[in-house]
Amino acid sequence: MINVNIDGKEIQIVEETTIVRAAESAGIWVPTLCYSELFEPYGVCRICSVEVIRGKRSRIVTACNYPLRDNGTKILTNSPRIQTIRKMIMELLLSRWPNVQIIKDIAEAVGVKEPRIKCLERDEDPNACILCGNCVNICKDVVKANVLSFENRGIKREISLPFDEKSDECIVCGACAHVCPTGHIKIKTLGYERGALQDWYLGPKTAINIPTLQAVPRVPIINEEACIKMQTGGCGICSTYCEPEAINYDAKDEEVEIEVGQILLTTGYQTIDLKQMPQYGYGRLDNVYSSLEFEHMLNSTGPTGGTILCKDGSVPRAVGIIHCIGSRDENFHKYCSRVCCMYALKFAHLVKDRTPAEVYQFYIDMRAFGKGYEEFYKRLLDEGVNMIRGKVAEISEGYLTNGEKPFLMVKCEDTLIGKFREIPVDMVILCPAIEPQFDASNIKKIFSISQSPDKFFLERHPKLDPVSTMTDGVFIAGCAQGPKDIPDSVAQASAAAARILSLISLGEVAVDPIKAEVADEYCSGCRICNSLCPYTAISFEEEKKVSFINDMLCKGCGTCVSACPSSAITGKGFTDKQILAELEGILSV
Amino acid sequence: MKPKLALYWASSCGGCEIAVVDIELKILDVAGFFDIVFWPCIMDFKYKDVEAMQDGDITLCLFNGAIRTSENEHLAKLLRAKSKVLVAFGSCAKEGCIPGLANFYDKKTILDYVYNDSPSLEAESKGVYPEMRTNMPEGEIEIPEFWNTVKTLDQVVDVDYYVPGCPPQSFQIINVIEAVIDILKNGKPLPPKGTILGAGDKTCCDECPRERKEKKIKKFYRPQEIIPDPKECLLDQGIMCMGPATRSGCDALCVKANSGCRGCYGPPPNVMDQGTKMVSALSSVIDSTDPNEVKEIIKTIADPLGTFYRFSLASSLMKRVQQKNGEDKNRKF
Repeated sequence: MINVNIDGKEIQIVEETTIVRAAESAGIWVPTLCYSELFEPYGVCRICSVEVIRGKRSRIVTACNYPLRDNGTKILTNSPRIQTIRKMIMELLLSRWPNVQIIKDIAEAVGVKEPRIKCLERDEDPNACILCGNCVNICKDVVKANVLSFENRGIKREISLPFDEKSDECIVCGACAHVCPTGHIKIKTLGYERGALQDWYLGPKTAINIPTLQAVPRVPIINEEACIKMQTGGCGICSTYCEPEAINYDAKDEEVEIEVGQILLTTGYQTIDLKQMPQYGYGRLDNVYSSLEFEHMLNSTGPTGGTILCKDGSVPRAVGIIHCIGSRDENFHKYCSRVCCMYALKFAHLVKDRTPAEVYQFYIDMRAFGKGYEEFYKRLLDEGVNMIRGKVAEISEGYLTNGEKPFLMVKCEDTLIGKFREIPVDMVILCPAIEPQFDASNIKKIFSISQSPDKFFLERHPKLDPVSTMTDGVFIAGCAQGPKDIPDSVAQASAAAARILSLISLGEVAVDPIKAEVADEYCSGCRICNSLCPYTAISFEEEKKVSFINDMLCKGCGTCVSACPSSAITGKGFTDKQILAELEGILSV
Repeated sequence: MKPKLALYWASSCGGCEIAVVDIELKILDVAGFFDIVFWPCIMDFKYKDVEAMQDGDITLCLFNGAIRTSENEHLAKLLRAKSKVLVAFGSCAKEGCIPGLANFYDKKTILDYVYNDSPSLEAESKGVYPEMRTNMPEGEIEIPEFWNTVKTLDQVVDVDYYVPGCPPQSFQIINVIEAVIDILKNGKPLPPKGTILGAGDKTCCDECPRERKEKKIKKFYRPQEIIPDPKECLLDQGIMCMGPATRSGCDALCVKANSGCRGCYGPPPNVMDQGTKMVSALSSVIDSTDPNEVKEIIKTIADPLGTFYRFSLASSLMKRVQQKNGEDKNRKF
């Protein structure tokens, strides 16, 4: 600790403290412009100049980057000499950027009204770049992306990107805009471009965020791909501001092994990739949304706060909701996705509720099959939703000759009136098919279960055993087993949980006696059978060089029995001898 | 009196005879212990010498070769009658072996090819078929009748024991002969009838020193298409190897020479049909679920019937392909 004297005030500070901080702790104002706590002081604007007196010597230094080292240093922040210097600096700055707010403010604070100097090239833009270098410094020191830099010297000096082009090194963090004192640097929404979060492009999302207000637990998470600290090792600002020091950049996803007796698979579904169907223009035309994106927009904590808006910010005049995108479609999925009709009706209701827009439902068949569903459909009809029975052929952009904003033209056949129709709307919501997760076949292999032809997990019996699988102890529920709505998912999951609990309470399980077994004296360890078992019951004993069948996993399907080239594997109760004897018995009659 | 030993060579290549001689100095023990009464390949005997014997006069008869002609059949029946113990010696007698592959065809097809259609025939000899009977200055001579179907020894007569192999390995022959001498000298009980002598109870894989992994086969390579890794399982490398469906006993002779097992030791103990077992095993490990790709992979198996049934066709469940030209008319069994 050292003692310094600032404007006659004796204070005690840690060595190496800069004058700005020391003055701040003493409650003395020193004007700053380019100073930021976020990065190393650059000392370019000189407005923080103060007088430092050591012994008999006095000198002018910049307060932002002058570290105090000696006991008894005297600092004058407002001496007549300093006042003159500050006024001069501000007059120079003001003459060049007469309209920049921050410069006007500081000039006023140091007592400059009108600069005496006339600048030939005055920058009249209120958001002009004042060459403070904050953006360059934060990009260099904090973000460590090193994208921005100064170019040229003297009056030609400016901030630039490499080759004046949009740089691939830029991680679109927005830090430069954050530290720009004049607002010269602005953040533009780049949609799908690099750095922007890609799952919801409807609105901006920060690298550290609370996913939804309903999140459990409701704590912020860091998106690794968007976090500067995790990407470049720079930044880390959130941890400097987090008082309880709760931020941990080193936390990694980890693999944990847990031994369990039963497993409930609820791996869910994904929606079909809408870009497979270019005729609907998803990703190509503005205001064509998938149902999940629209749901996100409807959310009161979503990007628009629940207001239904077109991309240009206007309220849509008409909204088209198109059912069965990829479901009930010979080219994609033949099955019905079951949930779309009802959520499409809900959308229609909400659009009607929140906007004056006309709503068009384009459906193949209305499947309002659940409790209260038909009534809801009826209510929607009464609300005046236009129902058009027909599959949409194409969505294209339409323009008006009077220059009004373009619209989307939905072309379809109305099968009820037998006419081809073209309906102009401002927004289209596509109801994509529910399909199995892309990695469902991996899960299938891991758990030795089966998939039905549509690749959803196969239940043991469609009517009598819809929650268990062919592998004992592995249960399925929800959309992993097939498209279903929330009540059905809840019902199935509850049934599966009950099944699991009933087995747990029993304490022991009865297994089928029909198993395959390996006769060690005949097995030569050729390993033909090793990869065959659909229940992964077969393993290879390296020491004995024989294959081994785990009794608990074996279901007695006989795949290995028929494959074993040395007939060392036999099916208990179904040996060759027994079968031949049976045949002989039958044939001898 | 010395025990009497007979060896006979029916439809076979002669390899089994060579294999017996290949036991080197042990042959002296054989000659010393046994009184060799019939061994046409090595010594001059006539059929009438055998016909003159009492039934059961021969202590041990090692019969090699399949039953292809009426002569083979006659001798099989004759030696059965005269022998106390009849051993089907070698793959031909045990399961038909290479002569048994003739069961893919029938007599007419084979004779037509050999005497008429074969591209190697000279023009003037085309269509010249052998005649069953010919008059010669010494009198009428006849050649044995060629049957439609090749049979194994035990399909014609009752067989006591079997020695597999094409040919049986010398060290196994020594084992068998020593065991026989031991039994005869010391009056030990005979093994149960039908026992397979000179072989193991496991499969060729048991003797194979190669490292085996979980099998996934994408393509079957023919020998000229690949240089096999000498340490890895040949099947794992996609090289056809009948080892998994072949009885042990040869000490993995072929695989140790970097070549796939051909299956000459016949099916392992519990297997009825070597070929179908191998087909069933291989079809389980073909690495594809796409039917068209599977077809392509299967196409890379050269000569499937000849590969899977190279040695065991005559003794397999199907025994032969369906006959187009009718069953043997003169055949009595």
